[in-house]
Amino acid sequence: MRPTLLQRVDLKLRQALPGLLILLCIMLSVTPLRLPDYALVAPGLVLIAVFYWTVHRPDLLRPWHACLLGLFDDILSGPGLGVNALVLTLVHWAVVSQHRVFRGKGFAVVWIAFALLAPVAIGLIALLSLVATRTSIDPAVVLAQILLTIALYPPLAWLFGRAQKLFLSGV
Amino acid sequence: MRLAAPFRGLSQRFAVLGLVLLSVALIAVGRAEPRLLERLRVAVLDVAVPVVDALSQPVVATQRVADHVADLVSIHAENAQLREENARLLQWQLVARSLDVENRELRRLLQVPGDPPLGFVTGRVIANAGGSFVQSVLVLAGTADGAAKGHAAVAPEGLVGRVTDIGERAARVLLLTDMNSHVPVVIENSRERAIAAGDNSSRLRLLFLSPTAQPQIGDRVVTSGHGGVFPPGIPVGAVVGFRDGSPLIQPFVDIARLDFVRIVDFGLGGVLPQGAPPPSRGGRGGR
Repeated sequence: MRPTLLQRVDLKLRQALPGLLILLCIMLSVTPLRLPDYALVAPGLVLIAVFYWTVHRPDLLRPWHACLLGLFDDILSGPGLGVNALVLTLVHWAVVSQHRVFRGKGFAVVWIAFALLAPVAIGLIALLSLVATRTSIDPAVVLAQILLTIALYPPLAWLFGRAQKLFLSGV
Repeated sequence: MRLAAPFRGLSQRFAVLGLVLLSVALIAVGRAEPRLLERLRVAVLDVAVPVVDALSQPVVATQRVADHVADLVSIHAENAQLREENARLLQWQLVARSLDVENRELRRLLQVPGDPPLGFVTGRVIANAGGSFVQSVLVLAGTADGAAKGHAAVAPEGLVGRVTDIGERAARVLLLTDMNSHVPVVIENSRERAIAAGDNSSRLRLLFLSPTAQPQIGDRVVTSGHGGVFPPGIPVGAVVGFRDGSPLIQPFVDIARLDFVRIVDFGLGGVLPQGAPPPSRGGRGGR
């Protein structure tokens, strides 16, 4: 039986959920929340979101999605066009290429993998920002950002997990 | 379209390579010819800004409630403090009035031409862009409101920064604290000139201060007007300490708590090339 129009729209919306959630993270990362040290954590939100959805639903988050979302992030937050686009594409590629490592593994393994990947990704963003905008960057800030981003992974992953269970269990 | 699995794998790999190359090309072009990509940035910014603005509404509403509760708690102490301050300000008002009369009289005697009228537009800060590497904010005011690239952004407390990107509806303001921000300043009392440079921390450093200058903690620093970007006399910050012998400035503006900024056209072209249409005087809310 052919699905009705409503069913098809519903399916499309559900399939777009990872991308929409990443988009929301990008918007949230630039919204002035007035939390202490929020600027340090903010860029990590997007990285966490892209990593989570590439691990759990690579079929719904393609490389060009990651690249486009990165480009949008670049335009909005502005350290230089192409920086986040490149890093998020590489993160997507790295996760997809190691997909066998994650398959069927528990949360701890995924988190450890993220903890290994995050320093490389954030370091690369810092380095590329340096190249793109010719400013110097404080290594202490980069280190703090890496640690905070790794620490922030579990709560965000839990939230994404709830969303996944709610909307994507049959998709 | 369904492709055979190995072929699909290959095409995916090429897609990734293509995307990587595209990103690298963007970085290279952005570095070599920043103005080429500016139009794209501005166009996307204009589309994204209403969405970010809408998203920030619940945050703003929550903050308002929280602020309201905090206000209620401190209302008595604040009231007493305000009464005291009011009494003091009334005295200052008397002084200011007599000085104003005297000033006007002296200006008339010396035939000093009056300052040109300022055009300004007030915009809400809707996004803290840039994270830890670039310190800038997005402001909901653009060319449609009369703002233009190179205009100064000020808050009631003092200088915020200057407009570096401008779209029809939104502007990006590079903050004082950004590493690329260098503002010519003078120390208010001693009239010593220096450059207040940001380093992406919450404080500014004073560079190129003459070695004979001896700034004291608490000295106020204001713009000097050199370089033609900012007019003289806008408050910047106060000396709060020293690091490696150079004074540290705490900006008067609390950048983490910016709600509204005024984008002011002081009629100074500045060192930035004017890509946007000529600055219009007397934008919305112009004096």
